[in-house]
Amino acid sequence: MTTEAHRQDIDSTGSNGTRVLGIAALIAMAALALFGLVLSPADANQGEVVRILYVHVPSATVAYIGCFLTTIGSAVYLWRRSRWWELVAYASAEIATVFTSIVLVTGMIWGRPTWGVYWVWDARLTSTAMLLLLLLGYLAVRRLPADHEVRTRRAAIVGLLLVPNVIIVRQSVQWWRTLHQKPTLLANGVGAKIEGLMLFSLFVGFIAIGLVFAWLLIHRFRLAWLEDQLDEAGLDVAIAERRAEGAAS
Amino acid sequence: MLRDALLIAGKDLRLELRSRVALNQVLPFALLVLVLFAFALDPDRGLLARATPGLYWVAVLFSALLALQRSLSVESADGNRDALRLSGLDPAGIFLGKVLAVATQLAVLEVLLGVGVAVLYTTRITGWVLLAVTCVVATASIAAAGTLFGVVAAGLRVRETLLPLLLLPVLAPVLIGATRAFEAALAGSPSEGWPWVGLMGVFASLYIVAGVFGFGPLLEES
Repeated sequence: MTTEAHRQDIDSTGSNGTRVLGIAALIAMAALALFGLVLSPADANQGEVVRILYVHVPSATVAYIGCFLTTIGSAVYLWRRSRWWELVAYASAEIATVFTSIVLVTGMIWGRPTWGVYWVWDARLTSTAMLLLLLLGYLAVRRLPADHEVRTRRAAIVGLLLVPNVIIVRQSVQWWRTLHQKPTLLANGVGAKIEGLMLFSLFVGFIAIGLVFAWLLIHRFRLAWLEDQLDEAGLDVAIAERRAEGAAS
Repeated sequence: MLRDALLIAGKDLRLELRSRVALNQVLPFALLVLVLFAFALDPDRGLLARATPGLYWVAVLFSALLALQRSLSVESADGNRDALRLSGLDPAGIFLGKVLAVATQLAVLEVLLGVGVAVLYTTRITGWVLLAVTCVVATASIAAAGTLFGVVAAGLRVRETLLPLLLLPVLAPVLIGATRAFEAALAGSPSEGWPWVGLMGVFASLYIVAGVFGFGPLLEES
């Protein structure tokens, strides 16, 4: 009976709460498509390309939030041995990796018509690329083919240093580039005055991407939690089987 | 803690003195990298001279990877990790000792590599103070971050490939900083180099602190 109820439980990682969240995310994405692609005007300088930024900027924000969650989760895990926080760190690192990739790809697509090149060695671009590499390093450690304890403990050390690393990398890259040229490239992009419908579209973008981030994060966390349980249960089942074999012979 | 650190550093350096792995393999590798750069970049067009500081530090970084792998493989053979844990030495002391030993080897390597650069790339060396201080903080940064991430990767089948992936992005600020500081020193305007030395100082302190506190949990596991 209990196993049946258990099986019901693990049929999906959804719950009523996440279903509502998921529907809200879908509606917000539809609204973002409407405002971003149809209702908002083209930019005076950038033309139609500006529409990419309604996805690009919010993605960068949630990617940073994911990094912070990874560092906080790793710190709490090391401090309190809290498995829950360890899984939060792992799940947010994965989602942050996805959004960092989205930031880089949309940024390059935006940069080609705006600057004429896919890539410039601008401080922001370079530090975002380094952020992606640091996240990949964390994930590589977290997915090591080793004991659970070894993986989580070592990944937590890497995760703890993630945000300090990002800050130092950012600082160094900023100095490095500003010694040669002022970071004016983005000044007429994101930093420029935006108002009216464009500002509102960006706002919708923040809500839509934020909801998608939360939805993905919750599901990824639940999946990681179930994987964790499965690891343990799998061991128990194997032990029970061997014992049964021993009793039979 | 300091006594333990000196003990571990002494042990590692004695191992090196007797086995001469760094001297006979890592140093020739570093010089080989210098020669390879000359092949890749035409030395006659002045490219090599302009890129000298960067090439020097890339060569140091790659050699440091080898030196670190060596320093960690010494501990992973024959259950040495357990022996270290049972020895009763302070984990922070073990960390500082490993850092000290790696840093000493890297310092020797940097001096010899510097001679190599001066001879092979005909670099005129100026700004000695800045060069020396840069070497000290950069070496401390590389050794501290390298030892910490080295232990993260240690004892695993994938450690040879994992360590560069973890370490090189983290060391990017050190490469940038050390290269700019060297450029400033060689260009005769040392005042531009000192902020970089400060940044690397922050980096080195961060990793020494992280290692002192994080080494215990890393050694305990498994």
